[in-house]
Amino acid sequence: MKSSIEKGRSGDLLFLNLTRAFAAIVLILLAGIVISLVWAAWPSIKAFGFGFLASAEWNPPAERFGALVPMYGTLMTSIIALVIAVPISFGIAIFLTELSPVWLRRPLGIAIELLAGIPSIVYGIWGLLVFAPIFGQYVQPWIAKTIGQIPIFGSLFTGPMLGIGVLAAGIILAIMIIPFIASVMRDVFELTPAMLKESCYGLGGTTWEVVWNVVLPYTRVGVIGGIMLGLGRALGETMAVTFVIGNASIFANFSLFQPGNSITSALANEFAEATPGLYTSALVELGLLLFMITLIVLSLSRLLLHSLDKNSGNK
Amino acid sequence: MKQNLTRLFRATTLAVSLGAIAMTAAAAEITGAGASFPAPVYGKWADSYQKATGNKVNYQSIGSGGGIKQITAKTVDFGASDMPLKAEVLDKDGLAQFPTVIGGVVPVVNIQGVAPGQMKLTGPVLADIYLGKIAKWNDKAIADLNPGLNLPNVDIAVVRRADGSGTTFIFTNYLSKVSADWKSKVSEGTAVQWPTGMGGKGNEGVSAFLQRIPNSIGYVEYAYAKQNKLAHAVLKNAAGNFVAPDDASFKAAAASADWNKSAFGEILTNQPGKDAWPITGATFILMHKLQDKPAQGAEVLKFFEWAYKNGTKTAEELEYVALPDSLVKQIHAAWANLKDNTGKSIYTAR
Amino acid sequence: MNLVARRKFTNLFALTLSLLAMAFGLFWLIWILWMVFEQGLGALSLRLFTEMTPPPGVAGGLLNAIVGSVILVGLAMLMATPLAIMAGIYLAEYGQRTWLGRSTRFVNDILLSAPSIVIGLFVYAVIVAQTGKFSGISGAIALALLVIPVVVRTTEDMLSLVPNSLREAAFALGAPKWKVITMVTLRSAKAGVVTGILLALARISGETAPLLFTALSNQFWSVDLSAPMANLPVTIFKFAMSPFKDWQELAWAGVFLITLGVLLLNIIARVAFRPHGQR
Repeated sequence: MKSSIEKGRSGDLLFLNLTRAFAAIVLILLAGIVISLVWAAWPSIKAFGFGFLASAEWNPPAERFGALVPMYGTLMTSIIALVIAVPISFGIAIFLTELSPVWLRRPLGIAIELLAGIPSIVYGIWGLLVFAPIFGQYVQPWIAKTIGQIPIFGSLFTGPMLGIGVLAAGIILAIMIIPFIASVMRDVFELTPAMLKESCYGLGGTTWEVVWNVVLPYTRVGVIGGIMLGLGRALGETMAVTFVIGNASIFANFSLFQPGNSITSALANEFAEATPGLYTSALVELGLLLFMITLIVLSLSRLLLHSLDKNSGNK
Repeated sequence: MKQNLTRLFRATTLAVSLGAIAMTAAAAEITGAGASFPAPVYGKWADSYQKATGNKVNYQSIGSGGGIKQITAKTVDFGASDMPLKAEVLDKDGLAQFPTVIGGVVPVVNIQGVAPGQMKLTGPVLADIYLGKIAKWNDKAIADLNPGLNLPNVDIAVVRRADGSGTTFIFTNYLSKVSADWKSKVSEGTAVQWPTGMGGKGNEGVSAFLQRIPNSIGYVEYAYAKQNKLAHAVLKNAAGNFVAPDDASFKAAAASADWNKSAFGEILTNQPGKDAWPITGATFILMHKLQDKPAQGAEVLKFFEWAYKNGTKTAEELEYVALPDSLVKQIHAAWANLKDNTGKSIYTAR
Repeated sequence: MNLVARRKFTNLFALTLSLLAMAFGLFWLIWILWMVFEQGLGALSLRLFTEMTPPPGVAGGLLNAIVGSVILVGLAMLMATPLAIMAGIYLAEYGQRTWLGRSTRFVNDILLSAPSIVIGLFVYAVIVAQTGKFSGISGAIALALLVIPVVVRTTEDMLSLVPNSLREAAFALGAPKWKVITMVTLRSAKAGVVTGILLALARISGETAPLLFTALSNQFWSVDLSAPMANLPVTIFKFAMSPFKDWQELAWAGVFLITLGVLLLNIIARVAFRPHGQR
């Protein structure tokens, strides 16, 4: 009969190894995916090298491919989505944790999470059939008249007002990622120890000051994590973007009103039909580029967190 | 407690799924995948076939390229493609192909005041529009063909397919035949580098753009144009006549084709018949010449034999054109070449 | 304006903005749901649950697709959730500085943004191409691979936010580490972990691309995991993109069902995993 302390200790070892094993499984699985993709993209990497990144050509019959247009589309739509979604999600999280009456919190929280449950095709079809006409007829002219008049920056907001394009795709992506960022932010805000908040209130802080100076710094890891989740969804979203981005493989100018292409919509549109060989390989390489982009963004956010940690005295 | 519940759930599901795997269907179940163009008619045939014989034919549309890939990888019992494979490719991969139904691709316009069938176009003009060389609707080339129409002085909004598709293949194949410029600059394929225009996803996406954007032009499958009452254009065919797209003109295109030449791989664009619709195409089934699973292969052939015999009305209701009887006989004869690994043909002529 | 008035104003301003943000989010939700409801109303009937997916022009339902989706999503969650939670626990509690922890976290975050189509292709290459057939189990695996990064990330984040004082209190009482983790830390982070699981569930319920190359879909009834299995997202995709009105209506009814299902699961999970005591 083991004493309870001994049982505890062997339980500890078991648990440690169990979780360690699962983490290893996750690592192997995910690394396996990355490796198999590199292998599948190899013919294309060999054929085009670094020129792949700079070429705006996407010519399947002639077997000449370049990633510039899809990369631009992916980056711009994701940036637009984050620029819109992060402040909105922040606002929603504050509302849910500080402003809303208690009985309303759960229903509103569920309502926001419901946005994540709507299938992405629906966002695409809704975007194309309902959002795009209104966007093109009313909102885009308004944008062109106001923001479009600002020198240099405004040139991003001029051009054909079709209701579809890079900007439209970015806005729809923003709506799609709001639930991810908002829900995580809400959860981490609620984890802030009451004592910390109360000590700030005790010093005479307003609600906003408590949130900005106490809650946000305390939860910054979770907040960044939530933003990463949303960004991941935005970068990897396929169906919704495909419907509204316009799928133009030619790069006309930098305007956000232009139709464009994104890595995921190129994959979704062309993978099923792609002939095996260089075409398929080029598409897989596009997918790998997406991972590269994520890597870079991730490392930047890690650096950000690290420098914040240093300033706060944690490390 | 939660962990115990989770474990219980896992165990139950594992048991249920193992049991499900163990159960096998008594009736035959065959799987096919490929082109989305014939998917509605294959689905309807499969439904009627199941009611008549109890055998299940599960066809899923994943695109012509997907169909070719899957049959080559032997993950399905038959593949379907709008684009016929060349004889060399068929030989290399050990495949055989045969057509099932015929359909047409239709250019569609959205201009105020232009009713269905009013806009007259020719192949070269269409190619120039899609090349971006003809940029405005009141360009001389279009105006000359349509003296009675009030064409606005605005840019043409060109719409085409974003995703790879057999419809695009048929369309670009036609443009390559009628315009040397198109052939050298863009060529043909299920996906090409379009010089201009925005891409809609699927026929649905293209027709959505067409309906929302004024002064636009696009191309869709005939069923789509008919069901959504889009304003189709009439084209000048190889014989010099302006024809409208309908069953009769598709049949006329099929009639003038010589099917023996290329292992049934006839592309029906720009056919010489006087009433032929110039952008017609057949859709094909791909199977392996050497059948690893001869029982499954035999079931596939039984299904299509049933469809050729009983499925004509269904196909026509869905705006497809059935194959002429003489062609069906040729196909039956060609099926004798599908053999199992003892050299015995899997098809017995009835 | 003196300092106090300015601070009060900032406070009011910020809180008004947050109210507007909430309204903004709800606005889109209501607009989209309205369209879904409007389009699918024609097909909402008991027949949805009793008949199989029909060919065009024939009345039918979505039974095989609904059952197929439930099986695929359920199996995926069952496979992925325990695995991901355990891995998340490792990352948060044991693995902050270890090599295994750092690599797993790194690879996990890269795969957070994996396009679902890429995951589907991977499973296709590894399972479907090797076994020579499309199967429901490969579809479930593809979905599980989409769930894992999300749940690992949220679990790790939520656990790391639990204040150390809680852990130390439990240790001081003599609890072994594994008990501290499961009974104290995990419990207090419960709500957040459940959020992660629900978000992942909501996402995979509507995913089309990964299933297209793995489970394919099935026109007929089938619960055979080793054969193509009908599912709602692919069926919706096919029907919505067709020119046939009856198919389009079924597609919207299907969307409505998915959204409703996610909503119900959300409510159930929130009620079941409600934190004890306040709130």
